[in-house]
Amino acid sequence: MNKFMENIRPFINNEVFLLMFVMGTFLLGVFIYKKTKITLLQPLLISMLIIIPFLKLTGINYQAFYQQTRILNFMLGPSVVALGYVLYEQIEQIHGNVTSILTAVFVGSLVGIFSVVLIGRIMGADHILIASLAPKSVTTPIAISLSEKSGGVPALTAAFVVICGIFGGLVGPIILRSIGIKSKIAKGLAMGSSAHALGTARAMEMGAVEGAISGLAIGIMGIMTALLIPFAERLF
Amino acid sequence: MIKGSFYILLFYFLGEMVSLLIQGFIPGSVIGMILLFLCLFFKIINPENVRVVATVITKNMAVFFVPAGVGLMVYVELFSKSIATIIAAIAISTVLTIITVSLIQESFERHHTKKEPDHE
Repeated sequence: MNKFMENIRPFINNEVFLLMFVMGTFLLGVFIYKKTKITLLQPLLISMLIIIPFLKLTGINYQAFYQQTRILNFMLGPSVVALGYVLYEQIEQIHGNVTSILTAVFVGSLVGIFSVVLIGRIMGADHILIASLAPKSVTTPIAISLSEKSGGVPALTAAFVVICGIFGGLVGPIILRSIGIKSKIAKGLAMGSSAHALGTARAMEMGAVEGAISGLAIGIMGIMTALLIPFAERLF
Repeated sequence: MIKGSFYILLFYFLGEMVSLLIQGFIPGSVIGMILLFLCLFFKIINPENVRVVATVITKNMAVFFVPAGVGLMVYVELFSKSIATIIAAIAISTVLTIITVSLIQESFERHHTKKEPDHE
């Protein structure tokens, strides 16, 4: 078995195969998600759950996988920039809602940070862990620099940001439905401020308004969190 | 297609430059998003230039997260000791954020429409 893996590895540890594999598993995820309509079966999650065991089995380490597929990771930046266009298309929606949007995201950021500190304290987490967890709701580049400044571990924060995004993207639509939120702005705002670009990816599925507002929320949440963490830091 | 890609990358680049100036306080992609929005809003660039590319890449954002998501396999051992705390903190805090933000925005809107029924 090991010998066999050694022999086929050159054929699978390359850009063409791994990118095809990512697209293929994601496509399968989309297919399963559409067939079953089970929220938990997100294409991203399905793709990850196939790829991780596959890499373990074939002995391809994560660094190699990341190198071969880094074009996808790179595309995260341009896709956030492109949200500027989506926002422009939906601009009439924001009209008259600036105060409420800023208030909602500010309080949301406050609640997000302090609940982490509180839960962390109750469960006996140390300063490093709390500092790494606190910026979990914002987009990775902001989260990493905030974590570093407040004494956290950036690598851990990067992982928490992804977990938070997957979780928020997964449960967000369910929560919004169960508490009976009707406003498209409220939905988009909640998705983007709790689960950054992953929440936005899900908000885009709900509709263009939700998606655009969610993209806007990523930026506002990032700024609010960056302003609040220095004050919250002494509680970590 | 090429025009659209050029504009998106141009704004990403400009965003990165501004981000460098403010020492990374806000990431370049977020600044790029705001700059692109402002240039469209003030009619500095024609929306048709970016429409196709922007629509395609924003409709399929989730696939770009696969490499980062797979990266969790590296960290599993690192935080296996505190896994309960991490899951509790992330889950509860995320749910609270979603509820707070959506309820505040929704109540603002309701209040607004109640006070000015013939608004818009």
